[in-house]
Amino acid sequence: MGSKWDIVLLGLNHKTAPVALRECLAISKDETSIALKAFQELPSVREVMLFSTCNRVEVLMVVQDKMNSVDAVKLFLSGLKHLPVSEFERSLYIYEGDDAVRHVFRVAASLDSMVVGEPQILGQIKEAYHMATTTKTSGVLLNKLLHRTFFVAKRVRTETGIGDNAVSISYAAVELGRKIFGTFEGKKVLLIGAGEMAELAVEHLIRNRAGDILVANRTFETGVDLAMKFKGQAIRFDEIEDALKQVDIIISSTGSPDYVVTRNHVKGIARQRHNRPLFFIDIAVPRDIDPEINRLSNSYVYDIDDLQGIVDENVEDRNKEAIKGERIVDEAVISFRHWYESLEVIPTIVELRKKVEEIAKGELEKTLHAVKHLSSDDIKAINRMTEAMVNKILHDPTMLLKNSGQLQDKSVYLDVTRKLFKLDE
Amino acid sequence: MEPIFLVVIIFYLLSTIGYLIYLFLQKDFLQKTGFYLLATGFLCHTVELGYQFVQSGQFPASNLHETLSLAGWTTAGVFLLLQYKFGLKILGVYAAPLITFAMLIAARLPDVSRETRNLLNNFWLITHVVAIFIGEAALALACGAGLLYLLQEHAIKSKHRGFFFKRLPSLELLDHTGYACIVTGFTMLTFGLITGLIYAKSVWGRFWSWDPKEVWSGITWLLYAALLHQRLTFGWRGRRAAIMAIIGFAVILFTFLGVNFLLKGHHGEFTRM
Repeated sequence: MGSKWDIVLLGLNHKTAPVALRECLAISKDETSIALKAFQELPSVREVMLFSTCNRVEVLMVVQDKMNSVDAVKLFLSGLKHLPVSEFERSLYIYEGDDAVRHVFRVAASLDSMVVGEPQILGQIKEAYHMATTTKTSGVLLNKLLHRTFFVAKRVRTETGIGDNAVSISYAAVELGRKIFGTFEGKKVLLIGAGEMAELAVEHLIRNRAGDILVANRTFETGVDLAMKFKGQAIRFDEIEDALKQVDIIISSTGSPDYVVTRNHVKGIARQRHNRPLFFIDIAVPRDIDPEINRLSNSYVYDIDDLQGIVDENVEDRNKEAIKGERIVDEAVISFRHWYESLEVIPTIVELRKKVEEIAKGELEKTLHAVKHLSSDDIKAINRMTEAMVNKILHDPTMLLKNSGQLQDKSVYLDVTRKLFKLDE
Repeated sequence: MEPIFLVVIIFYLLSTIGYLIYLFLQKDFLQKTGFYLLATGFLCHTVELGYQFVQSGQFPASNLHETLSLAGWTTAGVFLLLQYKFGLKILGVYAAPLITFAMLIAARLPDVSRETRNLLNNFWLITHVVAIFIGEAALALACGAGLLYLLQEHAIKSKHRGFFFKRLPSLELLDHTGYACIVTGFTMLTFGLITGLIYAKSVWGRFWSWDPKEVWSGITWLLYAALLHQRLTFGWRGRRAAIMAIIGFAVILFTFLGVNFLLKGHHGEFTRM
């Protein structure tokens, strides 16, 4: 039997390396293709792909000699990033076989992410894989592994609630709004003040097809600039009360020490609004929106603590769902191992023989059943002929597979054989 | 009890179970299953009522068993239509048990046929009964939408969210559905009252005879008229509208059952046991 190829993964992530180190080792797109080519030059590396995000750097390889390959990769990274191996060696994890496969599945399914369930990671892995296929550094094993990975990630996403609930303040606010308004179509938004979280919330709303955007700022110029950004309209700070008559969602984030909108403001306009619901998102500290407004009918006020509470709850929910995700990953690891083991030569040869023999036997029985006038000698002769045919047909493929250890890539032949004869069904 | 009546109840019961599991597990196929089971139950129920009508030669609303069954049937029908139009999936969690409950009580009551007086075969009377029942079914569902609205509003206002927040749709959809139910219900109720008046005139020679049921029906009608008026002129919506829908349905229940048991009048015999 030929030498065995192993799947090996080495990398570091947000759990093992501080951000300062991750920054130093982050690999750009151009560097990735250089690295991939360099890795492929290594005699012990058969297939390789590399992905680097702000939270992780991982090298996934199919190698013959684990120790050598790992050392070579470390040296290469050290050279590429001008960083001594000793600086990052302790942060590295190295997995092989099932553990490597499990790790890839978990990463893609976003079970290993800093924010469990965040959806970007899958796209990043797809991109990295695309890079490996265009650089031609992926082969049978990685192709199979990555396709399984995409499948597993999709399953985890659809079969668990891992990505269901908002885990950022601005998303949580938008989700709440959805429970009040159903749809944001045509709903008018008033942004009071400015700030990253508030602006992010406005962007989410726009993406969800919210209607007109009004911006009120103490400095009118700032308001005009912001309004331009959202293709909205700037209003003066003292026009807020008037604007409340027409808007539906108010996002407030000012530095004001007092309430910007008070209970009396809202109470006075309810009738003019025909009691249409008002949703206040108060991101400011100290608060901008009088909490008493929440007691008025059809008015809802959420401050930053309320929203943070939702986020915390949702993170907890996601972690619970992640347990289901782990189970799906475990299943997939086992099924991948079965496929991997099937790549050994002997089982394939045996299965191939069995399949051809069964076909021959089945057809023989059918024919003999239909043709009744044959003597027993005739039947024996036909049997012998069939056996000989089976043997002759199988001789060359069997020899080729048995000697495949000397060939460039044994697994290619095995995989093709299994596909040609549909041995995996 | 006719075997087909049992079949109807079994379908409604299965639908209820489907919807209740849906409430907990939130899998869409459960809701669909519940819906189709209810629709099947409704079809069987239609056959059963048609059979009763042909068999006895009179409209099946002559005792409490029959009127409850008729109420269940119209509620199922209105719910199916509403579901088709608004897709308020969660409402089944309210409607299916309500229908099943009415049917189970109907099943426990004796179905003694009255002497045929041909009283029930008058066109105006049948229209009156059918319109009122459809209207009341719609108002029963409005009450359901109102209850769900209050639950969801509480979840949002109290900021504790909890069990219902995820499971219930937006306040807007609940309010909108409730409103549509009330408009439909009120229209049918009005139509039913008018045909009832015409019938009364043709039989007793006068439109209005201060029968307790008439009085309470009038009160019910005024209540909903007020609710609609407030909504159209002042935009009464949300919590207040929801509470009114619930109170309104409580008054309907009293008009439907309470009046017959506690007070006397010419509607009495139709709900007699």
